[in-house]
Amino acid sequence: MKDGGTRDEPGASPVISLRGVTAELGSRPVLRGIDLTVNRGEVVALLGANGSGKSTAVRTVIGQVPVTSGEIELFGTPRRRFRDWSRVGYVPQRTTAAGGVPATVTEVVSSGRLSRARFGVLRRADREAVQRAIALVGLADRAKDSVNALSGGQHQRVLIARALAAGPELLIMDEPMAGVDLASQEVLAETLREQVAQGASVLLVLHELGPLEPLINRAVVLRDGCVMHDGPPPQALGQHALPGHDHVHPHAAHDAEPIRTGLLS
Amino acid sequence: MNLEILDYAFMQRALLAAVLVGITAPAVGIYLVQRRQALLGDGIGHVAMTGVGLGFLLSWSPVWMATAVSVVGAILMELIRWYGKTRGDIALAMLFYGGMAGGVMFINLAPGGSNANLTSYLFGSLSTVSEEDVTAICLLAAFVVLVTVGLRRQLFAVSQDEEFARVTGLPVRALNLLTAVTAAVTVTVAMRVVGLLLVSALMVVPVAAAQQLSRSFAATFAIAVAIGVSVTIGGTVTSYYQDVPPGATIVLLTIGVFILLTALATPLARRRARAAAQAAAQEAGDPAECAIPATRAPTGKVGV
Repeated sequence: MKDGGTRDEPGASPVISLRGVTAELGSRPVLRGIDLTVNRGEVVALLGANGSGKSTAVRTVIGQVPVTSGEIELFGTPRRRFRDWSRVGYVPQRTTAAGGVPATVTEVVSSGRLSRARFGVLRRADREAVQRAIALVGLADRAKDSVNALSGGQHQRVLIARALAAGPELLIMDEPMAGVDLASQEVLAETLREQVAQGASVLLVLHELGPLEPLINRAVVLRDGCVMHDGPPPQALGQHALPGHDHVHPHAAHDAEPIRTGLLS
Repeated sequence: MNLEILDYAFMQRALLAAVLVGITAPAVGIYLVQRRQALLGDGIGHVAMTGVGLGFLLSWSPVWMATAVSVVGAILMELIRWYGKTRGDIALAMLFYGGMAGGVMFINLAPGGSNANLTSYLFGSLSTVSEEDVTAICLLAAFVVLVTVGLRRQLFAVSQDEEFARVTGLPVRALNLLTAVTAAVTVTVAMRVVGLLLVSALMVVPVAAAQQLSRSFAATFAIAVAIGVSVTIGGTVTSYYQDVPPGATIVLLTIGVFILLTALATPLARRRARAAAQAAAQEAGDPAECAIPATRAPTGKVGV
């Protein structure tokens, strides 16, 4: 309802807010003071080279990586006190949906509904929501198949269906397009477009903008754990979908200086 | 004739214990295999030896003492996994071998104790399963079944993808600890029947065998438990008639089942692969299903 007009509005309520967040992996500083805001209805891409801290930033949001300083808020609640996890759908950076034991698409996607199920009991409405999520990513006919029998792109679709199963308002996706075939990329882009049309907010970690480019309202570019750019997505990037190309930094350079001085102090 | 073995009280106890082990070991093992920690049970088995030794030394029940020590060991292993990621394997190795050495040390310090006392715990022994052992095994097995069946959705989610489970609001650390504790309890349930050194086989091999046939987690669980119960009863009865050690018989039977099912599954897998290939071909030749709007098509092509 509110989506579309909320972009960059000062009064918009943020669904994700990071202020001065630092984090370490081992004893190596990975985030050196990051400010990142995702407003309601906004689609924000988090870009940067490998090792720039994109995934770590996202993992601090979900609590997988502890922060050494700074504040993180989800829907205006400090993350430590945030309990409303059914409002958040998460797609981790994985190349497979499979574990060490065979599991069907339905079984894996059902995990995503646990945030709405009391004591892990799935009712009829929950089962229907799971089937709806599987249908959304176009895998309805594979629902009873083992995920081991699926292609890489289909694995990613399963992971996204799992994130959608709880009907979240906020989607956090870590490299959802990595290793995904063209057919699956289109299905994912379409699924995401529907979610955004229904008012979902999205934080995407991407290596390049690729087929999701038309959806993205704003891009935040990280480099060495600092924010280098926060604004409109770099335009030239979409045409260069070749792996290993980081055309991000030249476009970000003019914006980078004022932001950087504030962060490194 | 067939039921003659049920006339002996010790065989009744042994068979009851065997059935409970056949249920509980694969029921916990499936989550360990799922999280790719298949050998965790083996490690706990080593730690439990210290408990058995302490039980002898202090003249307490070795089963309850082994339960206590292996639960502490399992919690330690889980803590090492959280905090000591870099040298976790070394810390685990010290825990394993320290546990084994502690067992040997304590049992030799016990008055009149020797490694011979330890043998029945290491390799399993039916004739020495006492009344109190059976009570303990029943209570512990009830706990294991309650956890592995009652919390199956939560344990499945955490074992499948820990990072995602965190975002569904599940208490991931508590569930990891519970898995480790349940595995430790299972080790002591199985200790009297298959022995500490062979416990892990009964946790892992039935699950591996079941995977040859199944596509779903639920089916894997059911088939693994069915295999577990069959081999523990089969092994117990065989050891009664042929005077062979029960633990070794059960483990060899399980591996036999694994080989049999693997051989049976090969044609099945081939048929499934064909079906999957057909489905994939259908999908590729059926782009209408993906419903790409006309306005989006050009952008997509340029992108790639």
